Amino acid sequence: MVGNLLLRGMLVGLFAGILAFGFAKIYGEPQVDRAIAFEEATAQAAGEAPEPELVSRPTQAGFGLLTGVLVYATSIGGLFSLVFAYTYGRVSSFGPRGTAALLALAGFVAIVLVPDLKYPANPPSVGNPDTIGSRTELFFIMLVISIAGLTAAVALARRLWAQHGGWNASIIAGAAFVVVMAIAMYALPAINEVPEKFSADLLWRFRVASLGIHVVLWTVLGLAFGAVVERSLLASRPMSARTALR
Amino acid sequence: MSNTTLAPTYGPLPIPVKELLPWAIFAGLLCLLAIYFVGAEEGATSMISGMYVHEWVHDGRHLLGFPCH
Repeated sequence: MVGNLLLRGMLVGLFAGILAFGFAKIYGEPQVDRAIAFEEATAQAAGEAPEPELVSRPTQAGFGLLTGVLVYATSIGGLFSLVFAYTYGRVSSFGPRGTAALLALAGFVAIVLVPDLKYPANPPSVGNPDTIGSRTELFFIMLVISIAGLTAAVALARRLWAQHGGWNASIIAGAAFVVVMAIAMYALPAINEVPEKFSADLLWRFRVASLGIHVVLWTVLGLAFGAVVERSLLASRPMSARTALR
Repeated sequence: MSNTTLAPTYGPLPIPVKELLPWAIFAGLLCLLAIYFVGAEEGATSMISGMYVHEWVHDGRHLLGFPCH
């Protein structure tokens, strides 16, 4: 059963990745090109020799981008299916489609949206190579805090559910999540390594495109995965009238 | 009995943790490793020398929001 879910998760991830690649190609790549043009112009003005290209720009923007997005999306699909296999029938009484949709929403918020609010995506030429270590560290710290925070919030909502009802329990847990994230974002250091004359319009478009790629990925994953596993899941594990919500 | 509920609910049957755990460990780690290669290899840390992996996934890394360089 789990192997079956995993395979389907990875395939749905791959499919979502293809669509996300299309989005990245159309909306993301023009911004990457603009950023690289800025980078080259700055280097030229400073009298620096152009960096040797290990991988040509067309390859980076084509097959390179395709592999990056597809490997990422397929892996996210695999991880998604594993977390789905655990949460299904445990966290809510929703069927496969509802569970998958909610899980994707939670994954998007915890893995993409919240870390992105603190440490947003940066185009080429934004970011000092000397600080890549600390920036990567902070990014992953924010990611871990966000995932742990949302997991704890869901556990809190489950605990308050019986006493306060679903609506109030969800509001309390949601508010607790927001407060903890606000504290974490306040406590963690800000990073601003945007060059002085970098286009604000370009930065905005790049970040929106980056967010859009993830929106495509997680929406397709959440909606398609439930549809794809529903039949086999319900056939092998029929809904039970005796199962307690645990 | 600890597993009886006051109001029996109609819900999906969970998959036993015992069945899930080996998959979660092996496949989970492989997926995380794959994401590491797209997101961070030859950036802050490096398992393979050179910059080829970094340069190959360069655009994806930027657009997916990972710190790149």
